[in-house]
Amino acid sequence: MALQKNRLSKEDYQESFTELHPPFEYDEGVMIEANRCINCYDAPCTKLCPVKIDVPLFIRQISTGNLKGSAHTIFSSNILGAGCARVCPVEKLCEGACVFNLLKEEPVHIARLQRYVAERAMKEKWHLFERKASTGKKVAVVGAGPAGLSCAHALALEGIDVDIYEKEEKAGGLMTYGIAAYKVTPEFCREEVDFIISIGGIEIHLNKELGKDISLAELREQYSAVYLGIGVGMTCKLGIRGEELEGVVDAISFIHDIRANGYPAVPVGDRVAVIGMGMTAIDAATQSKRLGASEVTMIYRRSRKEKPCTEAQLKVALLDGCSILWLASPKEIEGDHGKVRKLVCSKMKLGDPDPSGRHTPVETGETFVLEVDMVIKATGQIPYTGLLTRSSIRTEQGKIGVDDHDQTSLPGVFAGGDAVNGGKEAVDAVRAGRHGAHAILAYLGIG
Amino acid sequence: MANLQSSFLGIKSPNPFWLASGPPTDKKINVLRAFEAGWGGVVWKTLGTQVKNVSSRYSSLNFAGRKIAGFNNIELISDRPLDLNLQEIREVLRLFPDRAMVVSLMADNDRVSWHELVKRVQDTGAHGLELNFGCPHGMVERGMGATVGQDPDIARMIVEWVMEVAELPVITKLTPNVHSVVPVGKAVVEAGSHGLSLINTIQSVTGIDLDTLIPNPNVGGRSAFGGYCGSAVKPIALKFITTLAQDEATCLTPISGIGGIATWRDAVEFILLGAGNLQVCTAAMLGGFRIIRDLCDGMNNWMNEKGYRTLDDFRGLSLPYLTRWEELDLNFHAVAVISQERCIRCGLCYIVCEDTSHQAISKVDGHPYNTYQIIEEECVGCNLCSIVCPVIGCITMKEQRKGSEYLNWQEFQERGLPLSDH
Repeated sequence: MALQKNRLSKEDYQESFTELHPPFEYDEGVMIEANRCINCYDAPCTKLCPVKIDVPLFIRQISTGNLKGSAHTIFSSNILGAGCARVCPVEKLCEGACVFNLLKEEPVHIARLQRYVAERAMKEKWHLFERKASTGKKVAVVGAGPAGLSCAHALALEGIDVDIYEKEEKAGGLMTYGIAAYKVTPEFCREEVDFIISIGGIEIHLNKELGKDISLAELREQYSAVYLGIGVGMTCKLGIRGEELEGVVDAISFIHDIRANGYPAVPVGDRVAVIGMGMTAIDAATQSKRLGASEVTMIYRRSRKEKPCTEAQLKVALLDGCSILWLASPKEIEGDHGKVRKLVCSKMKLGDPDPSGRHTPVETGETFVLEVDMVIKATGQIPYTGLLTRSSIRTEQGKIGVDDHDQTSLPGVFAGGDAVNGGKEAVDAVRAGRHGAHAILAYLGIG
Repeated sequence: MANLQSSFLGIKSPNPFWLASGPPTDKKINVLRAFEAGWGGVVWKTLGTQVKNVSSRYSSLNFAGRKIAGFNNIELISDRPLDLNLQEIREVLRLFPDRAMVVSLMADNDRVSWHELVKRVQDTGAHGLELNFGCPHGMVERGMGATVGQDPDIARMIVEWVMEVAELPVITKLTPNVHSVVPVGKAVVEAGSHGLSLINTIQSVTGIDLDTLIPNPNVGGRSAFGGYCGSAVKPIALKFITTLAQDEATCLTPISGIGGIATWRDAVEFILLGAGNLQVCTAAMLGGFRIIRDLCDGMNNWMNEKGYRTLDDFRGLSLPYLTRWEELDLNFHAVAVISQERCIRCGLCYIVCEDTSHQAISKVDGHPYNTYQIIEEECVGCNLCSIVCPVIGCITMKEQRKGSEYLNWQEFQERGLPLSDH
């Protein structure tokens, strides 16, 4: 067996990729759930929300039937409130902090409630924000992902005219291209982008890649300021023998292809190894299984305790039938006629803790072999270093360096999101985008 | 094993729960179902003058996602033919001779009408009569129902008419739409009424449809004040009963407790404040006759737990504790205590104390969980924090007397003691 497309029927693909956390079927369910919330003061859920959505307020607004007020509360803090409600690892954020956890009870389903309101607002095209009169200033935003969109919206609100340049043929960034299809659909991403830009004053230019179709120098010349929300690029190299073999793929491009080309067009192996244990690794593993792989093994060099994904995400992988090998690290990929045949792994053990307290895995000297025909690398992403170096922007370990006001080493050029933080949750990028917008407004002397 | 048997004015029933006069006691089929379910008795829906009912008739007050904290109706007395009602009463009496059958009455305001109605009902073999001086809607406009119950002289006159021909125990049902039920209660007891029952419903508007702007219930585009009832009115009913149970002129008159009784707990509270038996309507309308099972069972288990064998064993036991404000002990002082083990860090106690009370709770910020503690010297012991706390037993009130001796307001003034420094 080897990599193969069209493993499933159309119906089976649909069945495989149905939504993980379905929306409420009935409004009654929404009211029951909203009324479970006890509206904590200085609420733990809000404290753990990266964008600090006033959760008790938006839930109270649902329970009183003030849905527009509720939507305004959500979108004021997070203009991608609909998408984040689907993709946030809420079990370690708002819902993980819900005080009901301390009673060993189900937390309030905050994300489902947020999704209900946010999607209703999108569907019914509620006009929640009034854009200020144009200031005549123009800002360029590079990248139509969560950081760029959030920045653009906050700028447009204050009367700035924003041009967004996006290298892909669709907007949305990782929301559109980097997240498992059973969390968000391509149609949903498009609707969300449409909702965000419906405020006016934002124009998205697709298929425009920085460094290829447009240059930073041009943007700096034509606009009052530039915001770089360019994200991060491909997965880090494993740096082992056999990495060039056919069947070794990058998790980001694998997920991207599923979203860009559709399920049947994406080749998947019969026996797949996924390297890494972050959210992207989970998405790659579970989607391999859903595309028809018969065996999916996830390989992680530390133990379960150190895993970067949450317990809930791990459960999704386990429920999908993926197996997990803890304390294992890829050592070599063996091939046959240029195609992957085997993955040789080192057995690891936990060594001394590093300064952050995390134990460093060390080789035990023992190895084992997995018979696989596909290896998906999901060991973290590398920034667009070449692009950044050519633009002479100061970088820190490959990430864009910014000051306290999100400004890069180039005056008038701001940055945020994964390109700066190295890759975090979508909601962190939303926060960064807003923060960057406020910095730009201050730079332009507005507001 | 506790005994729930009840005798109210000599009217016996296997348990103290009667269905109050209302829609569930309007006709034989309902009453038979109620008796099959185990209800101790009924007060048959008011018979008397001619009426015509409207559609719709009910509305409700919902609260915090739960339906029907309070309920309201504009239904009038029975709109069925008197003869049919009387015939059905006879049939039910034959089928369930062990259950209490009391009939509610509201005749036109003249002596002849009352005499005739009383006689015809007595003829059925029913066990008692209840005079409806309480209905606050529809009948009021015709000088009946609550209009009678609001005027001690008229109420006295009608009871006197009734007593001229009554051969059965007579209960007078009072309206709460008065500043005090005592004057009317006194008047009807002096006129000979054997017992009292209260409360009837309270005039109310439960809400307005915010699209049509028409208040509820909507009768073809208009509404009218309805009678408020259900759990929301229980505190008012308990208060009115207490005033009668504590008044010299009425304290010996048996009271049938009505108003928001939905659970056995409510029922026990009514008896603790002196009720002789209990009447239930709204809870049975909303939950079905099957609720009788937990009403009896819960009361029985509570009685067993507390060692009470009969209803008389605990009747009125809480009355001595309800006193006038002036007699409360100013030296009594309590402070709240938050159990750090039980606390779920919701902050509700903190914000109510900050915004409403005496800023007596400290907050130490944590990520994500704050720590809340009582500042004892600031706490006035108001209870607000323990009331809002969602965790059972997390906030308790600890007694910290200000002085060992009893000190009421009068004495406090006489001694010229300093007022609060808060």
